[in-house]
Amino acid sequence: MSKDVMADLKRDHISKLLAKGVRMDGRKFEEMRPLKIEPSYVGSAEGSARVTLGNTQVVVGVKLILGEPFADTPNTGVLTTNAELIPMASETFESGPPDQESIEVARVVDRGIREGHAVDLEKLCIVPGKEVWIMFVDVHVLDYDGNLFDAANIGANAAFKSAVVPAGKAGKGEDYPLPVKHQPISVTAVKIDGKLLIDPTHDEERVADARLTVATNEIGNLCAMQKGLNGSFTLDEVLKIVDLSRSIGADVRARL
Amino acid sequence: MESGDNKESPREIVVPGELLATDTRKAGPGTFTDGGKVYAAHLGIKSVRPDQISVVPLSGQYIPMRGDLVVGKIVDIGASNWLVDINSPYPAPLHVNEVPWRVEFGETSKFMTVGDIVLLKVVDVDEIKKITVSMQDHGLRKLTGGMVIDVSPSKVPRVIGRNGSMIQMLKNYTGCRIYVGQNGRIWIDGDLDNIVRAVQAVKMIEDEAHSLGLTEKVKRYLETSSKRGA
Amino acid sequence: MGGTPIPGDVKLIDESGRRTDGRLPDEMRPLKIEAGVLSRADGSAYVEWGMNKIMAAVYGPRECHPRHLQNPERALVQCRYNMASFSVEDRKKPGPDRRSHEISKIISEALTRVVFTEYFPRTSIDVFIEVLQANAGTRCAGLTAASVALADAGVPMRDLVASCAAGKIAETMVVDLGKEEDNYGQADIPLGYVPRTEEIVLLQMDGDLTYEQFNKGINMAIDGCKKVYEVQRDALKRRYAVRAVDADIPPHDFDLRKEGM
Repeated sequence: MSKDVMADLKRDHISKLLAKGVRMDGRKFEEMRPLKIEPSYVGSAEGSARVTLGNTQVVVGVKLILGEPFADTPNTGVLTTNAELIPMASETFESGPPDQESIEVARVVDRGIREGHAVDLEKLCIVPGKEVWIMFVDVHVLDYDGNLFDAANIGANAAFKSAVVPAGKAGKGEDYPLPVKHQPISVTAVKIDGKLLIDPTHDEERVADARLTVATNEIGNLCAMQKGLNGSFTLDEVLKIVDLSRSIGADVRARL
Repeated sequence: MESGDNKESPREIVVPGELLATDTRKAGPGTFTDGGKVYAAHLGIKSVRPDQISVVPLSGQYIPMRGDLVVGKIVDIGASNWLVDINSPYPAPLHVNEVPWRVEFGETSKFMTVGDIVLLKVVDVDEIKKITVSMQDHGLRKLTGGMVIDVSPSKVPRVIGRNGSMIQMLKNYTGCRIYVGQNGRIWIDGDLDNIVRAVQAVKMIEDEAHSLGLTEKVKRYLETSSKRGA
Repeated sequence: MGGTPIPGDVKLIDESGRRTDGRLPDEMRPLKIEAGVLSRADGSAYVEWGMNKIMAAVYGPRECHPRHLQNPERALVQCRYNMASFSVEDRKKPGPDRRSHEISKIISEALTRVVFTEYFPRTSIDVFIEVLQANAGTRCAGLTAASVALADAGVPMRDLVASCAAGKIAETMVVDLGKEEDNYGQADIPLGYVPRTEEIVLLQMDGDLTYEQFNKGINMAIDGCKKVYEVQRDALKRRYAVRAVDADIPPHDFDLRKEGM
C-alpha cells in the first residue's frame, strides 16, 4: 500500500520539475534510460534475451513446438505471445490469471512483432495444412519500473535474433536459425502537463494523462500503435511521437 | 572513548545468525541471545561499544516505536478518525481525540481530507502492534505545500546525523524547512530550486549512507549547487 | 524419480568414479549468488547453480492479504514458487501446478522456522521464487535464494537457511544431483538446513534407499548445505561492502529518535 501511496505525492514533484525542463531522474524529455540487452539468456529456451531498461527488467523466452496450423492460415506457423506480470516485479502485481494489464502488454507486443513481420511465419510451415511450428513468445517481468511495452518488444527482437528452430530434436531435419525478416521496434511516450516524455518510469506512467506506443520497422514504416490511459492526444502530439519513434527506434535497432 | 570510534576503520557487515559475543549482557538492538551467546538478528553493520554490541540495519520496514515523529498521508476517513498511512505494515488511525480541534462525530472531513500530509507523533504501540498516533503536541500539524520524498527508514539516522548535524547542514544551505519522519518520509518546503537541491542531497545521503566522507561530499554539493541568478 | 530406464549409452558413474559431468560423488555444481538485484522488491537474490537460474524476491513485512489469514500474534511467511514457461525443455503452461503449490508450501514452512515472525504480528512476509532456467534441484536453489532475499530485505532471522540435495545414482550416494541424475537416478533427498542450530527445516525423499544409504546421503546433503551457506553469507557481505564508515552513524537507539525537526 505504502509505495503506491507515494505515487500520488510524486505527481506534484514531477510537475514542478517538468516546468523546469527536467525529469525526476535527470533525463531529457526524449531520452531513453540505459538499455542493456543480454541475448541467449536462458538455455532452456530456443531463443531468449534479458532486457534491462533503467530499473525495468524483463526476460523474454521463445519456445517452438510442433502443432497444427490455424484453419484459415494453413501454410503459416503459429505465433502466440504471453506476458507474466509476476508479483515479484511490483507490489501492485497480484498472482493469478493474467489481468487486463498483462493481457494488453502481451497483445501490444504481439501486434508489433506480428504486423511488423518480425518472423517469416511461412518458413515455419512443415506440411501445409497439417504440421507447422508453433512459436511461443513468453515475456516474464522481473522488475517493474515502467514501459513494459518497449522492454518486452526489445527482448522479443533480441530473442528472435539468436533463436534456433529445434528441427533436429523433432526429427524434421537439421536445426536452423529462426527466420527473422524484420525488426519492428516499439517506442513509448507519455504526456504529462502537455509535455511528451519518451520511455516513462513507473512514477511517470502513474501520473500521465495519456500514453502512446508506436512500432516502426527498418524503413521507418509504422507497424502497430496503441494509445493508453484515460487522457487524450492532439494530432500534432501523435505525429511528433511517431516521428520520435522512427528515429529512436532506429537507434535501438542498431543495439540489437 | 568508544571502541570503533576510529573514523577510518571499516565496520563489519554481519548476517542473521552470525555470532557477535559471548556475554549476553552486551546484547543491544538488532541482536538476540541463544544458549548464552549473542547473535545478529538481521543483516547490518556490527556496532561495538564497551557495554553493548548492536547491529545497525541496512534495510527493513518501518516498525513504529513510541515517541517517533512521522510524516503521514491520510488515506481514508471515518466518522471519528482519519486513517493515516505512515509507510509501515501497520495502519495508524488518528482519532478525533488526538487532534487540536474539537471535531463533532461525522465532521472529520471538514478538518482534513484524503491526500492531506500530516506531521504526527507515535504515542503508543501495544503488544499486537496496534498504533496510536497523535497531532497533539508542539509543532504537529497538517503540512501544506512543499514536497514529500521517501527514503529507506534504515537511512533516517544518517539523514538526521549525529545530534542533528546533517539535517541542520541541509537546512542551512538550502533555507528549506525540513521535517524528517522516522518512517522514512521527509517533507521539504521552500523555494523550488532549493527544494530540488535538498532532494538531491537527501538522495545522495541515501545512496551512500555508509561511505567514508559523506558529510564532506554533501557539503561540497550544497556549496557548489547554490542558486545562480534567476 | 527413478524408474526411468537409462539409455544404453549413459553411464551415471564411470570407471574412475566420475559422474556424467565429471564430478566426484561429493562434488557440487558451481554456485553463484548475488544479493540485491531487483529495484522494487524489499529484498532480492539471484542464484546460478549448475544450469539453474533462479530469482527470489521478498516484500514485507506488509499488510497481510488475504485478510482472513492474518495471525494476531505473528507474521505469516507466504512463499510462491513458480517456473517460467521457458525454463524447461518442454514449454510449461504459465501458472502454478500442483508441484509448484507443494514446493511453495514446504519452502514457506522452512523459512517460517527461522524468521522472527513474532516481531510482526498481523503482517505477511511474501517471498517469490521464479525459476528462469531449470536443471534439477530448483527447490533447493529456490530456498537458498529466498533466504538471501529475506536477509537482504532486513527481515530478522535466527539464521539463514541453506539448501542442498543428495541422491542415489547407480547404487552410489552423491551430492547435488544434475538433470540426468535426477531423471535416471534411484533416490533424491532435498534438504533445508539451519547451519548454526543444525536444525532440518525441509526434508523430502523419494526413491529406494537402505537405512545406511539414507544416513550417508543426508550427511552429504548437510555438508553441501554448509558450503552453500558460505556462498550465501559472502553474497550478502559483498552486497553492502563498505569502504569505511563514519563514526557518527548512531545505532538503532531510543535517545536519537527525536530530532527530525
